Amino acid sequence: MSVLVYIENWEGAFKKSTKELITYARHLASKLGVELNAVSIGNVENSAIEALGVYGLGKVYSVNNGNVAQFKAGAYTQALSAVADASGASIVVLGNTYNGKAMGPRLAAKMDASIVTGAISLPDTDNGFVVKKTVFSNKGYGYVNLTNEKKVITLNINSYQIEEAAGNVSIEDFSASVDGSKVNITEVAKQTGKIPLTEAELVVSAGRGLKGPENWGMIEELADLIGAATACSKPVSDVGWRPHSEHVGQTGITVSPNLYIAVGISGAIQHLAGVSSSKTICVINKDPEAPFFQAADYGIVGDAFEVVPKLVAAVKNLS
Amino acid sequence: MKVLVCISKTPDTTTKIAFTADHSAVNYDGVKFIINPYDEHALAKGMELKENHGAELTVIHVGPADGDQIIRKCFAIGADKGIRVNTDAIDGLQVDKEIVAATSGEQFDAIITGRESIDYNGGMVGEMIGELLGIPSVSYCQQLDIDGNTASMKRFIDGGEESLTAQLPVVVSAVKELGEPRIPNMRGIMQARTKPITVVEPATGAANTTIGKYDAPAQKSGCKYIDACNAEQLIEILHNEKKLF
Ligand SMILES: Cc1cc2nc3c(=O)[nH]c(=O)nc-3n(C[C@H](O)[C@H](O)[C@H](O)COP(=O)(O)OP(=O)(O)OC[C@H]3O[C@@H](n4cnc5c(N)ncnc54)[C@H](O)[C@@H]3O)c2cc1C
Repeated sequence: MSVLVYIENWEGAFKKSTKELITYARHLASKLGVELNAVSIGNVENSAIEALGVYGLGKVYSVNNGNVAQFKAGAYTQALSAVADASGASIVVLGNTYNGKAMGPRLAAKMDASIVTGAISLPDTDNGFVVKKTVFSNKGYGYVNLTNEKKVITLNINSYQIEEAAGNVSIEDFSASVDGSKVNITEVAKQTGKIPLTEAELVVSAGRGLKGPENWGMIEELADLIGAATACSKPVSDVGWRPHSEHVGQTGITVSPNLYIAVGISGAIQHLAGVSSSKTICVINKDPEAPFFQAADYGIVGDAFEVVPKLVAAVKNLS
Repeated sequence: MKVLVCISKTPDTTTKIAFTADHSAVNYDGVKFIINPYDEHALAKGMELKENHGAELTVIHVGPADGDQIIRKCFAIGADKGIRVNTDAIDGLQVDKEIVAATSGEQFDAIITGRESIDYNGGMVGEMIGELLGIPSVSYCQQLDIDGNTASMKRFIDGGEESLTAQLPVVVSAVKELGEPRIPNMRGIMQARTKPITVVEPATGAANTTIGKYDAPAQKSGCKYIDACNAEQLIEILHNEKKLF
């Protein structure tokens, strides 16, 4: 029995969420008193993998051939499952990223495993193997008992503290036979120079209170200055003031950044469902009765068009 | 062309979720149920394939008899056939095994699910069907066009989007961009009453997970108000005290 962690790469590089995941997997393995192995799939330089040693990584299986040059959910699941078998893993952990979401459940079906997606804690092993996750779109927590011997866990981004540890990476090239021939990737379009909302630690969000798309300049400026991603409420993306990719809430993206600043958003229950697990919430709204204040840590009752420029100026004054 | 849309029943989005006194279960007293919002987008895409390609549109729901109401709603929107697997499934994999068993005699060209249900936020039903059937799955799918034997799709990836094609059959999980939810019309509502729902008994065993305990989220300790005249104080707190940037 051992734990296998899937270290996802983005064009050959690893992200903060990978380091959170490795820390989680290492703590999990040591809690269970079992070995930890890792697997990398795709085109990654060995030096990039070796650099993860400082998070306590040891043995890493590297699946790196033509068949896995591009992410395809089915093919990557085959590779992951082959490494799980070869390394004797009974628990596989992945990040709850777009690709992690695409392959974790496939892997669980393939292994007939118990799965929890969007985990936010290590398991409690006193009574089974119980992992905490948010349910009902942040309106509650559920404690999921993974009752099968085989288990798959996808860990939420920004929910586990990175910790360094002595590690000595040894890489083993692993060739897995996979079939991705039914799928063809035709184009990949990435936003450049922007922090993806799903990974952002700081988010500045605005709603219908801003009156129109022409008023977003100050929101973008504030976000740029503090290194935040921008987000919006549903009606704002519905009418096309902002792109759909910025829509947060129950039917949009769920975020749990360290800071969420909401400007001119009323705080409807569906909006809160997607953002209420943010660690610090600041609300700027001209209506003192706006429900969002009840979910806020800091509130400013005032006109966004007066308050936000003051915030921008204050950030510029920081030295 | 045959299209299958998987439908889940969830509490209305305005529901305040409460748990039983011992925290062992959700208290569903007085809760109004709806079609899972993401499944409405999936159904809308199914309707589009029906209208543009003459697809036969089947919906499937795994759950006890009170789920018939949401299948009827799908009929009213325009679904042709409805299947209900008569069991209170506990986890996503159990749901999927039932869906695959109940439809084993049929070949669907496209299977569409919502990206997740808004109750347990599992986000696994489409992907697992893909694995169980050995077909491509595309998660967080925002665009799906079918031409002959090929599906062209667009999906969200970290920091962008990806366009891809796949040989049919495929399974995709819908985000809201996939299709604008439909509203039933009078004719649909009339027809919905008479369309039969095929009820299938469960074929598979127990679930691989259970949830024995729930908690409400921690309450915020109260909002600290900053006067709008001194708005810059907020930046000082976030920077100096909280060290957030
Ligand atoms: C099935 C369903 C799913 C939904 N999912 C989502 C979801 O995922 N995400 C989401 O966001 N919503 C969702 N909604 C919509 C939600 O119910 C609200 O309608 C929406 O969140 C309101 O957006 P808003 O706060 O931007 O606008 P409004 O409710 O119009 O609020 C605007 C706010 O701006 C304030 N304001 C106005 N002018 C100023 C000013 N000059 N300065 C400061 N403040 C000002 C007002 O006081 C008000 O509080 C959903 C609804 C349904 C039915």
